[in-house]
Amino acid sequence: MDFASVRNRLAGLEGRAYWRSLEELADSPEFNDYLHREFPVQASEFSDPAGRRTFLKLMGASLALAGVGACTRQPPQKLVPYIRQPEELIPGTPLFYATAMPMGGYAYPLLAENHMGRPTKLEGNPEHPASLGATDVFGQGSILNLYDPDRSRAIVGRGEIRTWSAFMAALQATMNAQRGIGGQGIRLLTEPVSSPSLVEQIQQLLTDFPQATWHQWDPVFGTVQGGAVDFAPIYSLKAADVVVSLDADFLGKGAGQLRYSKDFGSRRRISTPKDEQSRLYVAEPVPTITGAKAEHRLAVQASSVHALAAALAARVGVAGVTAGPLPDTVSAFVTAAAADLAAHRGKSVVIAGDHQPAAVHVLARAINDALGNTGTTVRYTTPVTASPADGAASITELVTAMNAGKVDVLVIIDANPVFTAPANLKFADALAKVTTRIHLGLYHDDTADLCHWHVPAAHYLESWGDVRAFDGTVSLIQPLIAPIYDGRTAIEVIASMNGQLGRSAFELVKDFWTRAFEGSTTAKFDLKDPAGRPFATADAFWRHALHDGFIASTSYLAPGAVIPPAPPAPPAPPAPPAPPAPPAPPAPPAPPAPPAPPAPPAPPAPPAPPAPPAPPAPPAGFEIVFRPDPTVLDGRFGNNGWMQELPKPLSKLTWDNVAYIGFATAEKLGVKNEDVIQITSEGRSIQMPVWVMPGTADGTIAVHFGYGQTKMGRVANGVGVNAYPLRSSSAPWFIGGASVTRTGATYVLASTQTHFNMEGRNPVRVVTADEYRHEPRESVARLGAEVPDKDMSLYTPFEYNGNKWGMAIDLNACTGCGVCTLACVAENNIAVVGKAQIKKAREMHWIRVDTYFEGSPDAPAMYHQPVPCMQCENAPCEQVCPVGATVHSDEGLNDMVYNRCVGTRYCSNNCPYKVRRFNFLLYSDWTTEEIKAQRNPDVTVRSRGVMEKCNYCMQRISHARIDAKVQGRDIRDGDIVTACQQACPSDAIVFGNLNDPNSKVSVLKAQERNYGLLEELNTHPRTTYLAVVRNPNPALDKA
Amino acid sequence: MQNSSFPEGDFRAPVPVLAPGQGYRSITDKLTSIVFTKNTPAAWFAFVGVGFMLVMGLMLALTNLLLKGIGIWGNNIPVGWAFDIINFVWWIGIGHAGTLISAILLLFKQDWRMSISRSAEAMTIFAVICAALFPIFHTGRPWLAIYWLLPYPNTMTLWPNFRSPLIWDVFAVSTYATVSVVFWYTGLIPDLATFRDRAKHPVVARIYGVLALGWRGSAKHWYRYENASLLLAGLSAPLVLSVHTVVSFDFAVAVLPGWHATIFPPYFVAGAVYAGFAMVLTLLIPLRVMFHLENQITMHHIENMAKVMLVTGLIVVYGYGCEAFFAWYSGNSYERFMMINRTWSGPMAWSYWMLLVCNLIVPQLMWSKRFRRKIPVIFTVCMFVNVGMWLERFVIIVTSLHRDFIPSSWAMYYPTRWDFITLFGTIGLFLTLMFLFVRVLPMIAIFELRTLLPDAKPKASAAGDGGSH
Repeated sequence: MDFASVRNRLAGLEGRAYWRSLEELADSPEFNDYLHREFPVQASEFSDPAGRRTFLKLMGASLALAGVGACTRQPPQKLVPYIRQPEELIPGTPLFYATAMPMGGYAYPLLAENHMGRPTKLEGNPEHPASLGATDVFGQGSILNLYDPDRSRAIVGRGEIRTWSAFMAALQATMNAQRGIGGQGIRLLTEPVSSPSLVEQIQQLLTDFPQATWHQWDPVFGTVQGGAVDFAPIYSLKAADVVVSLDADFLGKGAGQLRYSKDFGSRRRISTPKDEQSRLYVAEPVPTITGAKAEHRLAVQASSVHALAAALAARVGVAGVTAGPLPDTVSAFVTAAAADLAAHRGKSVVIAGDHQPAAVHVLARAINDALGNTGTTVRYTTPVTASPADGAASITELVTAMNAGKVDVLVIIDANPVFTAPANLKFADALAKVTTRIHLGLYHDDTADLCHWHVPAAHYLESWGDVRAFDGTVSLIQPLIAPIYDGRTAIEVIASMNGQLGRSAFELVKDFWTRAFEGSTTAKFDLKDPAGRPFATADAFWRHALHDGFIASTSYLAPGAVIPPAPPAPPAPPAPPAPPAPPAPPAPPAPPAPPAPPAPPAPPAPPAPPAPPAPPAPPAGFEIVFRPDPTVLDGRFGNNGWMQELPKPLSKLTWDNVAYIGFATAEKLGVKNEDVIQITSEGRSIQMPVWVMPGTADGTIAVHFGYGQTKMGRVANGVGVNAYPLRSSSAPWFIGGASVTRTGATYVLASTQTHFNMEGRNPVRVVTADEYRHEPRESVARLGAEVPDKDMSLYTPFEYNGNKWGMAIDLNACTGCGVCTLACVAENNIAVVGKAQIKKAREMHWIRVDTYFEGSPDAPAMYHQPVPCMQCENAPCEQVCPVGATVHSDEGLNDMVYNRCVGTRYCSNNCPYKVRRFNFLLYSDWTTEEIKAQRNPDVTVRSRGVMEKCNYCMQRISHARIDAKVQGRDIRDGDIVTACQQACPSDAIVFGNLNDPNSKVSVLKAQERNYGLLEELNTHPRTTYLAVVRNPNPALDKA
Repeated sequence: MQNSSFPEGDFRAPVPVLAPGQGYRSITDKLTSIVFTKNTPAAWFAFVGVGFMLVMGLMLALTNLLLKGIGIWGNNIPVGWAFDIINFVWWIGIGHAGTLISAILLLFKQDWRMSISRSAEAMTIFAVICAALFPIFHTGRPWLAIYWLLPYPNTMTLWPNFRSPLIWDVFAVSTYATVSVVFWYTGLIPDLATFRDRAKHPVVARIYGVLALGWRGSAKHWYRYENASLLLAGLSAPLVLSVHTVVSFDFAVAVLPGWHATIFPPYFVAGAVYAGFAMVLTLLIPLRVMFHLENQITMHHIENMAKVMLVTGLIVVYGYGCEAFFAWYSGNSYERFMMINRTWSGPMAWSYWMLLVCNLIVPQLMWSKRFRRKIPVIFTVCMFVNVGMWLERFVIIVTSLHRDFIPSSWAMYYPTRWDFITLFGTIGLFLTLMFLFVRVLPMIAIFELRTLLPDAKPKASAAGDGGSH
């Protein structure tokens, strides 16, 4: 890439400067290398001997299992066909059950759609405060993990397939050996746990074996750098006029993201030009979807955030904090943000990112306290997860113990530390020194491979359990299906260690809650129904809780919630901090010693420690920022084709992890997209492809981990680069002093979008709040071309006497998280095509999220636009199909008749929105039995050679129509919720009847900022957009 | 012609169509000997051999296509059509020269067409065969497309969508194929009878006899034959214009910038004739040498064809100019971008400049009479035009599709080896059919050439309306 020429071109532009794509992706013979990674199997030639071996192994394993199964006494749980059909079960009508997905110790509340005993689709639990009906990509994608054919299917003991009872016997023997010595050799390693019942079992274990130790490790959740704080913030962004994020991706990550997106979105879904919308400031090293929503985004190195936070604190008047010198841009940002915060006392909030050290969290809290935000926009509670350990410290301690030979029994629950543990710990080597190693996991992964015993874990949709949401609300996990592969839950294993052999998870969980109801558990719960009334009996409580999926009264925010209040904030740490010392001391710079109670009335400022000497120059070299992959996370979704193929926000990459670097850094290094660089940190190095991500802080390299697995399954294995070798326990999130060299090699990356420049066409229309207030209609309309007269058509217009469906997408609310795409995949049986096909621009997603960058590549504005089928009134596709396979319905949809389609692709050529997708090969997996069970029975599984596209979830329209007909009424507004709409955490997508002037969608479309994409083509799109309104701070907007 | 009213040496005097010194017998002997010989030229085997190998490649490619799907090609979204439709339009265009020569030149009484009309018509049919493969095989489900695009009565009263240009294509191309075959076969009958009479082997004689449909050369036969020829020529003449007009509607009717242009019908027709004449020359020049037909296909023929090529080429270039002008004059930003992307800033701009070299610059050599009479030069120019016309469709189809309205959906297109095997496979099929044709059927209308001989002209009375201009 010729950076000089790009700069020249930018310099030569006037007005709004849209810049070109970083480069066009190049085709290459490397395709062949990726063929064998493809999913589904049909697309590949199945010529890879390794793959064939795996297949044979699997076959062998399932045969063996069949044999084992034949000898095992089946548990007395009945799974037989109905002789008398249960009352509520009607074939063809799905049932919905409330459950929750546990991840990193937090609940992601769900409603699972169940067709004749098999869960097919997950939706958010609309009543649960952590979801309000929305889901994130992981919630949507996890259903495919349930049916993953590569999940571990058998208990393996020392390399042989064993039975549960054999495992029980072995476990018993091991535990008995430890009983005499107080369990001093027992170590338990879990991910963060908030489940009350599991916590009780673990505490029981720790009581029975007082010398045993419980460690927690999860590469994403609960891993902190620079110490953990013992308080947890819960924000209420609805009330926040000004939000300042200090490296916090609160819209894109974490257990609260759905709620925060809803609340944040509520301040963006303005209904009149007069509405005040919130203003977001984000300082972060690498662009996130939160940063993309910001009015003002500052790219700063992760290590500089502390200084920035301190300066902010100093400006808003937090006692005892002084600001160090800052670069001009940072200073301007801080000044403006501080002024804005100060002007919105009690209606603003400062959010510190999970990746930032404790000191920044303390500062953020101090600012919120000082501004009176605490109690209005943020509340501080104790953390939800039990014994909140610093994950990195915890696993370091474990490894030390293992190396010292002190660990006899290591039980690893739902974790894969051999793959994910910080590389400096050399976990695998240490593990070899443990006498008995037991692993419970969904996959026979790297850790399982090195353990004596591996027990397949039950997927949460096969499990009984409980888990707390981000706000503490206890959510129940109930199974939607009996374990497909005979998996076990964590609580069953722990209970067995506690001597409660053979008790099922159901018994354990129900027993716990019965006792909780009776008040005989150690932990106390306030169990009331949503109306605040106590329950009459334990059974009534249990049924109610199962039905709702959660117990509202257990929320930490519930009035009179039984939770320990948050400890008072420690005083704000001094500033500016030294940049985190790179390699040497793993010392957690814990927040300064405990509570000096609330700051004493500030005495006249003591001669502030004179402006601290210029902070020691940051170590030469680059700063590596570690981020979990946006779709496969730490790797746990690696074997999920949907997640692999879901374009990562902003880069739109699929099937790979990359290192993001900024424009200036790329220029300096002389690298461009797809170049492979070698990154060295603390003497360890990896080679990784580069993606030039505009808006990445200069000198920062954002490395995404979670890829490069070798033992997970046919989808995950060999895909991407393992970035864990760079991560160290002392600095799991960012580390300075890294060196980077070009290798000269290149690596093919498959992105679903290759051009991120609007080319002056304004598919996304952006106005400022000021413009919009003054010229509501004109400011938006002038960004588009002239729209021809509606009657200009050769054909007579259609008439709609009944319903007339339409959709409005509020781009101002859309965060670009991509869950709409995944929800659509799950709902509509959309096939996975594999990297090589994506590279050839053949992705199948019916709704895509387009991303555009605008302005300077160092500090770009970023916009998202979900693009489903526009269902044009005057549809170009309908006219050109020779066989009439795409036709206009009497309710206005462009119906796609798969049966009739012969696949000329003319419709796609003539579609100006390019939303049609073609089955160039047999993309749908017709052979893998396990996957078949996931499919939505209401939607055709397409074969090769046919065109497909969004149809506004017409199966849902049909369901609503049938329901309405049965009840003898019209379809009401809100009866039909499309899959994308349902999943959207910011309520950006609204569907409804355009013939009803009072429907939500009609009201939205009546807004001044409503516009149709490419309206000038006279297509009359049914899907329209509400323009982005940005509310910049005039003080910063001059640039 | 020999008894022209112009004095000897007058430049206005018509050039004789045939080389002097030929008679009925010598012409018939010459042209039948191409078929009734045991000494097939080695070059013939070489051409058919190469052609047949390519046909095998085509079979392989199509089988693979049927087994796996369109995905073996490079097509994608947004580039839904690529080599498939490029090749289709290219082949259909090539066919046009045959129809133009046999129908329009017949109606205009251009005698010189007689030496080349038969082979040009054959070329039309073979080109249509090659072309017809693509609309069928480019569909995702050809086993259904092959009859679902036809309006056949069925119990579901399901009809094709008559608003779709692809349906118009079905009618246009099938009509064209039918009329071309009938016209060609009708013209063959008198010569088949000649073959029947000259064949030594009884089986061969029998086969030609059956094909000759009992032609005895009676005056009545001739009378009916002439009428039929005229009628068929009348039917074919509008097809020269209509077929490629309809094909151009595939594009002109769409909303896509680069396709949505009113200049397309005339521009496509001119392009078709242009490509057709280039292809006729490309084939005839080697055949003429291979079978020593210099006396029948003279430099006069070749020069005439070069002139037609030059003229139609200029019309095509005018079309390019119009496209560019309209893109600018429309004021439509998408159209303007399309033109800039096509010619300058886009990753496929190279194809446009190659196209201009092939279709605009190189054919200008044909202005020079000296070059028009130099076989190697003409042959080279024809090859450029063949490539240029293929590139033209590449520019129109692929370059327009790959960057259309919404930048996020832009993507690159790269053909795969199967795209190339298919393209060259159809060229092989065309070659094979063409060379088989010259070996078993009269490649020049024998009976027509005879009418060009001086002996055929009633000496005095016909001088006034000598049939030639």
